[in-house]
Amino acid sequence: MKVQISVTVNGTNYQREVEPRMLLVHFLREELSLTGTHVGCDTSSCGACTVHLDGKALKSCTMLAVQANGKSITTIEGMATNGQLHPLQEGFHQEHGLQCGFCTPGMIMTAADLLANNSDPSEQEIREGLEGNFCRCTGYHNIVKSVQHAAKKMV
Amino acid sequence: MIPSKLAYHRPNNVNEAIQMLQNYGDDCKILAGGHSLIPVLKQRLNDPEHLVDISGLTELKGIRDNEKSITIGAGTTHAEIANSTAVQQHAPMIAQAAASIGDVQVRNFGTIGGSIAHADPAADWPAVLLAADANVVIKNTGGTREVDIDQFFLGLFTTAVQEGEIITAIRIPKTAFNRNSTYVKFPHPASRFAVVGCAAAVAKEGGNVTAARVAFNGVSSKPFRDMGIEKGLKGNALNADTIAAATKNAAAEVSVMSDHFASEKYRRHLAGVYARRALGAL
Repeated sequence: MKVQISVTVNGTNYQREVEPRMLLVHFLREELSLTGTHVGCDTSSCGACTVHLDGKALKSCTMLAVQANGKSITTIEGMATNGQLHPLQEGFHQEHGLQCGFCTPGMIMTAADLLANNSDPSEQEIREGLEGNFCRCTGYHNIVKSVQHAAKKMV
Repeated sequence: MIPSKLAYHRPNNVNEAIQMLQNYGDDCKILAGGHSLIPVLKQRLNDPEHLVDISGLTELKGIRDNEKSITIGAGTTHAEIANSTAVQQHAPMIAQAAASIGDVQVRNFGTIGGSIAHADPAADWPAVLLAADANVVIKNTGGTREVDIDQFFLGLFTTAVQEGEIITAIRIPKTAFNRNSTYVKFPHPASRFAVVGCAAAVAKEGGNVTAARVAFNGVSSKPFRDMGIEKGLKGNALNADTIAAATKNAAAEVSVMSDHFASEKYRRHLAGVYARRALGAL
């Protein structure tokens, strides 16, 4: 039996009827066509599906869409404002923080949570803050530099 | 991976949730943060027809600093526990365990009640709660009961929680051994679950150990206190010799798990190593 939910995603309210078993990541990708949030491992390990739920980083493969009822979600599509890239997006661009780009949306969303709680993280704090996000291309080096770039810009 | 079809219910309070559990019987599972249950549902290791979502119940959330104990609501997230100054002060191992669970995203939404109800032998909570001499507060239609943590974990994914019951809180006594406690683990590199984890809590008077609780997770199919280590510490000065002698036969009295991450022999060896690291830090 489908359930009515109301969620705000990137500032827009959506009312949808969903099956209770639908995962939040599938809701975002298939119901709302927000395909910037990726499905990677599908086992809460890789972090590619990270979004913000009420401001906190969440692996959206590990929550049901019905659990997000009444809540506010930010995805990678909600990071740029008026065509202006978010400092983290700009950082990943400037510092070559990606190669294939699959992990990037999740990296950016987790890094945004980190910077919201710690505006001037050390390299170690950035690496620890991103421990739930896997990149199989870059070796993380440029990802750390990308986050540092954004941290400087956001001060 | 997509769970099987199920019906979703959102009770307004704990009593309503318990009523739902009564109505749906064993076709029903409680959903809190979902970070233990949803992976299980996706793999279809469990196939409930009904989910009772208690994640919105404020009466299950928060940490209360009482005179003789700290009460952690079952719906409190790992991140909230890791950041609690009361927990950091009165039971540092509890805060350390919370901060070492999974990753930021998992700690933001996973709850202590959900984790201990699931009772994964490699989860971080069981060892620290055993070492802390915690009590688990459980509610059912008849009222509330408290279960001593030593009687709570019964085996692989099995606890003392009965059908129709909900864990509402975990109580950590304010004791000298909890104030002097630590948790260390050898994490699995991807999942961060403990291949071996050791929680140690030691009270000392005049340099000698007056009380010691040492517990492991990840080692056996159920978390356990290592009585051999505890006996070896009690009455002695907590120095390298005492620790070496007490931990020589770590995990000797339990059946040790073996898998492709770590053989039985290696796990038992790691139990000794991590017990020495934990005790050496106290």
